[in-house]
Amino acid sequence: MLKNRVIPSLLLKNGGLVKTTKFSKPTYVGDPINAIKIFNDKEVDELMVLDIVASKQGRDPDYHMIEMFASECFMPLCYGGGIKSIEQAGTLFSLGVEKLTIQTSALIDLDLIAGIAARYGNQSVVVSIDVKKSYFGDYQMYSSANEKVIKRNWLGFLNQAIEAGAGEILINAVDRDGTLSGMDLKLIGEASKESTVPLIAAGGVGSLNDIKLAVHAGANAIAVGAFFVYHGPHRAVLISYPKYKELENLFKEI
Amino acid sequence: MGNIASVANMIKKVGGSCEISDNPDTVRKAKCLIIPGVGSFDHGISELHRRGLFTAIQDAAQNDISILGICLGMQLLGNNSEEGKLKGLSLIDADFVKFNFEGKSQLRIPHVGWNNVTTLLDNPLIPFDNDEKRFYFTHSYHAICNKQSECLLTTNYGYSFTSAFSSGRIFGVQFHPEKSHRFGMELIRRFIAL
Repeated sequence: MLKNRVIPSLLLKNGGLVKTTKFSKPTYVGDPINAIKIFNDKEVDELMVLDIVASKQGRDPDYHMIEMFASECFMPLCYGGGIKSIEQAGTLFSLGVEKLTIQTSALIDLDLIAGIAARYGNQSVVVSIDVKKSYFGDYQMYSSANEKVIKRNWLGFLNQAIEAGAGEILINAVDRDGTLSGMDLKLIGEASKESTVPLIAAGGVGSLNDIKLAVHAGANAIAVGAFFVYHGPHRAVLISYPKYKELENLFKEI
Repeated sequence: MGNIASVANMIKKVGGSCEISDNPDTVRKAKCLIIPGVGSFDHGISELHRRGLFTAIQDAAQNDISILGICLGMQLLGNNSEEGKLKGLSLIDADFVKFNFEGKSQLRIPHVGWNNVTTLLDNPLIPFDNDEKRFYFTHSYHAICNKQSECLLTTNYGYSFTSAFSSGRIFGVQFHPEKSHRFGMELIRRFIAL
């Protein structure tokens, strides 16, 4: 049976590993290579590395660093941040990255998604959608590069992204990011109802039970940041990942 | 064609050495061949033709060189695929079709993630034993073997499908051993020792 994936999600800023809270206050948590080695040893299902400033700074992905990451990963590696062209995508694949996560460029034009999917297959491209709750509790699409809410229907965009060739959708609840307060299950449910491709949910995991609830709500995979990087009430940096048996038992009950 | 760097990295990890090549002569003289690849079927086949690799791989097979096709590389070994119009290498008598759940299932396509394999036939890559083996998959098409005796492994996604096949020294696996931790490492180690 296909297993639900539990994916550590690492954020990069200027070569260091950081963790954000609600997409702001990036706090340095360590050296990315070291973290990736530890996650590799723990046999994680997959790894996601997102450069949170590449698009903001309008610069290319850090190819040298990504190549080092890929050489330490004996599991699939998904990279996101600053991808604007098919040529860049080709370079990243040649370095050993399996999948690309794209948001900023996809918001401008879904042709890039279609182009990558046509050349490298749908499985190689993930479209990332950030959603932020309004004061009234409505879900609004958010652009992480501009740090602004955008006036566009997020479910409509999700469908267009799939139509264009996205092989997976990453849905991130901005208000839950880094809070360890549980995932936005309503958001996951709405995305799941629409999505015909695998859905990766992110934002808010603070326990194994949160992962289980998200799968129950319709997520195929769960991306986890703070919960695998921090330990204890004082947020001491300690990298962890559940044992395979723990995850197996967790999902057995679903 | 995608994940070549990851395959080379895994070979190095298990103590082997490899050359990444698109030279037909190198392919004909190889000790063993690994054909990786992600992407579309017709793009893969036309790239093989463009570089003169289509006949080179068929020659290698004739000369009993061990061949391992991974993911799209496996699909290229078959006769044809629903995904495209071009003819495959026809080194294994199999056709590729898209997952079809006939509305009975909410399962999503592509099939992405870790899944188990069941060994149907004892073989040098994944021999019979009682250990659970899991591999990373990411694909929308799967093989239908015309000869049951060439179906090595099956995996369940909505239904049971062929996740590896072989004929003589030619093997194809639908999953990505280069991205499947120690399970894939073991498979690659066994393949290069053939």
